[in-house]
Amino acid sequence: MPHESPRGLQMEHTPRKWRSATSEPLWAKASLLIAALAYLSLIIILPLVSVMVEAFRNGAGEYLAALKEPDALAAIRLTLLVAAIAVPLNLVFGLAASWAIAKFEFKGKAFLITLIDLPFSVSPVISGLVYVLLFGAQSALGPWLKNHGIEILFAVPGIVLATIFVTFPFVARELIPLMQEQGTAEEEAAITLGANGWQTFTRVTLPNIKWGLLYGVLLCNARAMGEFGAVSVVSGHIRGLTTTMPLHVEILYNEYNLAAAFAVASLLALLALLTLVVRTVLEIWFSHGIAGNNKH
Amino acid sequence: MEIRIEKIRKEFDRYPALHEVSLGIKSGELIALLGPSGSGKTTLLRLVAGLERPTTGRIFFGDADASWTPVQERNVGFVFQSYALFRHMTVLDNIAFGLTVRPKATRPPKLEIRRRALELLDMVHLTGLEKRYPNQLSGGQRQRVALARAMAIEPRVLLLDEPFGALDAKVRKELRKWLREFHDRTGHTTIFVTHDQEEALELADRVVVMSQGKIEQIGSSDDVYDRPNSPFVFSFIGDSVNLPVSMAHGDVQFAGQALGLQHSEDGTGQMFFRPRDVTLVSEGPGITGKVTTSRRLAGARIVELDVGTARAPNLIEIEVPLDARAERGSEVRFRPTRWKVFAGQ
Amino acid sequence: MYNQPLTERIGFRRHSVIPGFGLSFGVTIAWLTLIILIPLAALVLHSASIGFSGYASLLADERTQNALGVSFGCALIAAIVNVLFGLPVAWVLVRYRFPGKRIVDAIVDLPFALPTAVAGISLAALYAKNGWVGQIFNWFGVKVAFTPAGIIVALIFIGLPFVVRTVQPVIEEIDKEVEEAAATLGANRFQTIARVIVPSLLPAILTGFALAFARAAGEYGSVIFIAGNIPYVSEIAPLLIIIRLEEFNYAGATAIATVMLAVSFLMLFVINLIQAWTRRYTNAA
Repeated sequence: MPHESPRGLQMEHTPRKWRSATSEPLWAKASLLIAALAYLSLIIILPLVSVMVEAFRNGAGEYLAALKEPDALAAIRLTLLVAAIAVPLNLVFGLAASWAIAKFEFKGKAFLITLIDLPFSVSPVISGLVYVLLFGAQSALGPWLKNHGIEILFAVPGIVLATIFVTFPFVARELIPLMQEQGTAEEEAAITLGANGWQTFTRVTLPNIKWGLLYGVLLCNARAMGEFGAVSVVSGHIRGLTTTMPLHVEILYNEYNLAAAFAVASLLALLALLTLVVRTVLEIWFSHGIAGNNKH
Repeated sequence: MEIRIEKIRKEFDRYPALHEVSLGIKSGELIALLGPSGSGKTTLLRLVAGLERPTTGRIFFGDADASWTPVQERNVGFVFQSYALFRHMTVLDNIAFGLTVRPKATRPPKLEIRRRALELLDMVHLTGLEKRYPNQLSGGQRQRVALARAMAIEPRVLLLDEPFGALDAKVRKELRKWLREFHDRTGHTTIFVTHDQEEALELADRVVVMSQGKIEQIGSSDDVYDRPNSPFVFSFIGDSVNLPVSMAHGDVQFAGQALGLQHSEDGTGQMFFRPRDVTLVSEGPGITGKVTTSRRLAGARIVELDVGTARAPNLIEIEVPLDARAERGSEVRFRPTRWKVFAGQ
Repeated sequence: MYNQPLTERIGFRRHSVIPGFGLSFGVTIAWLTLIILIPLAALVLHSASIGFSGYASLLADERTQNALGVSFGCALIAAIVNVLFGLPVAWVLVRYRFPGKRIVDAIVDLPFALPTAVAGISLAALYAKNGWVGQIFNWFGVKVAFTPAGIIVALIFIGLPFVVRTVQPVIEEIDKEVEEAAATLGANRFQTIARVIVPSLLPAILTGFALAFARAAGEYGSVIFIAGNIPYVSEIAPLLIIIRLEEFNYAGATAIATVMLAVSFLMLFVINLIQAWTRRYTNAA
């Protein structure tokens, strides 16, 4: 209802576009959103898609043949074996470490955590290097191992060790902050009610950390199966014997057998996707109030 | 700058926070929006600031309709409950911020900005602290920096959201006095929001009592304290007692007994009075009750009476002189001297 | 009785009723020693045995210096790019609502979960002269694969989650009232973002940068396929370590590794410094 003030000052007849104090104008939001999505598509989605496309470039028949090829099967078996050893061992370690760190107070905790994080912050090639220095021909142990016919480097044990090294922190890194956040009150309550250590652990702690544990194990496994640099150093690249799946991918690629390389790679990519899917699902459940969420 | 709020209605996702509120604020006035949480007082303040937009209704700054002017252009000085100081800037940079973001045309030169900021720092009695960071200041000091920052842009109106809420009692008292004196010195139109009635009554020229998105009463401190015009205001401001009464032939009756008080309308209603506005009577019309507890409070005695029946006890508190006879279990009879009946409640 | 200290200490730890410390701590230390400390000791011993003059001559090698330069230089550029682009991505993920947001949010973690060799071959195929993206660059006469540019692309892929995931939680914690305060003082949206929001994100940005840089400097699998590995041009330090090992030149390999480790630890140290410096500001203002 337009009307003029007695002093004849200008009045606003129509409401202008509302500008919120805490968000950008619509055009800026749209542009930023599109730019961000385009960037993510280019950097992340495109490589993922190209793995799948290249894997099936010569058709589904060739895809399956590449996977059934004896060397490929050997690589898959070796990868599974290595993971089957490394993951449970690091799982037990992760549980022990997070129990000690989260439920007790002692000096030197920060230092301990730094040590645990070490493999996470060094180059994978260096992770392999340390084992060469330890067990290689020129090391102190080298001659002794040779004399006793024990093969560590350029054989499966070396690969297992290097994999254990690089995947060492994964379970612990997931569990430690989770358990620290959950505190000690429930365990102490269980103790006062007469439970022993094992009962407390299995019936009070474990249920609280089960989703963090699952995710830590999945990450640990994904890394164990996908580790390339460290294993590359210690494996010797002997086809059919000491090549894991990532190494096999490298061999195929270097032989210009691209479709087969991508076929094997696609399995690993699917594993990565599975890990992400599980994480997203867990997050959706978490945000509906299952234990461990600290956002409010 | 006078401010006129015209039939403002604000809904958040269908939830009505304000129902057709209208209010006129005089230039240079220090006015308080007082009410419990959920009363809509902070929403109203934010609407004046431009941090929210009205669902319907209009806000006038002087003669100009500012309802849809963006907050950046309204030139209001807003002091947040949590101060919202810029943590990574020094005190001086915080205060100077409003001046440094002005477009080149209206921005003063750097030296001038610094001079003005230091002047404001002086005005809030924090000279010497310009290089400190917010987390190196006490709560009261941060509060004053927030005020100086808001003042730096020479706002048309100052808006304070629960300015003393986060401070402890002693600091609160000091700052209250300081704010009143500051206002008298500078003469800005100021609106502040509080749930603390003592604060509102002490500081404000006028008090706007709000409840559940509506304005219950507007008036001076004396007005809202001595002449509350609704049950809510009567019970929210100061202590009060309320009893269900019925009126017949002009006489007010409680529990079937005439009280010797007159009221124009007939029917039922609520009678409100303050605990100290009573006189003890030994005979004649009045309210009787049995003393359940009695306690001493400074220069008077507070007595809790049961004015109901054995099956339906009704406990109220009144203030009696120190020398009155009011032992536990004794019967006391009293009559309110100042009271108000709200019919039809 | 009343003079007992509130916390009793048994040796180096506080007493607790919860059992199992001995076992858990013992397992932790034992496994840690076996898997990490012993191999680490081997490395330290080996580097010690090289001696100062040995290091000097090993690191004076031009090819070594070049490899280190390529690794660190490309890591630096990639980390900077990740900050510049990662910040808007994090902002969009926290502040905007759009369909499929959860999926996009999960995708950010892909470089973290994907095996490096898989990333390596797919990036190499994409940016090769006849690859989907390489073709476009080729049209402009720009070669990506087999050049440091290709290395940088791979390192951008690797480092993306580090910046985004470090900055995201901090954006989530931004106090909206501070933004509103800036608006009431007359700042437009751009000024608010540039002068109030971004500075408050600076510690997280720096931490993300340091993490992305540290990861990128040591990266191997995603890089060697796209890099071409041409000595003195696009050869990265980890690859040179492997080459030295194959030559049985343990000393050479160790020297390069030590330099890389030194930089890693420096980065870790810097990150801790940033966290400590942050605490100067963030104590409840």
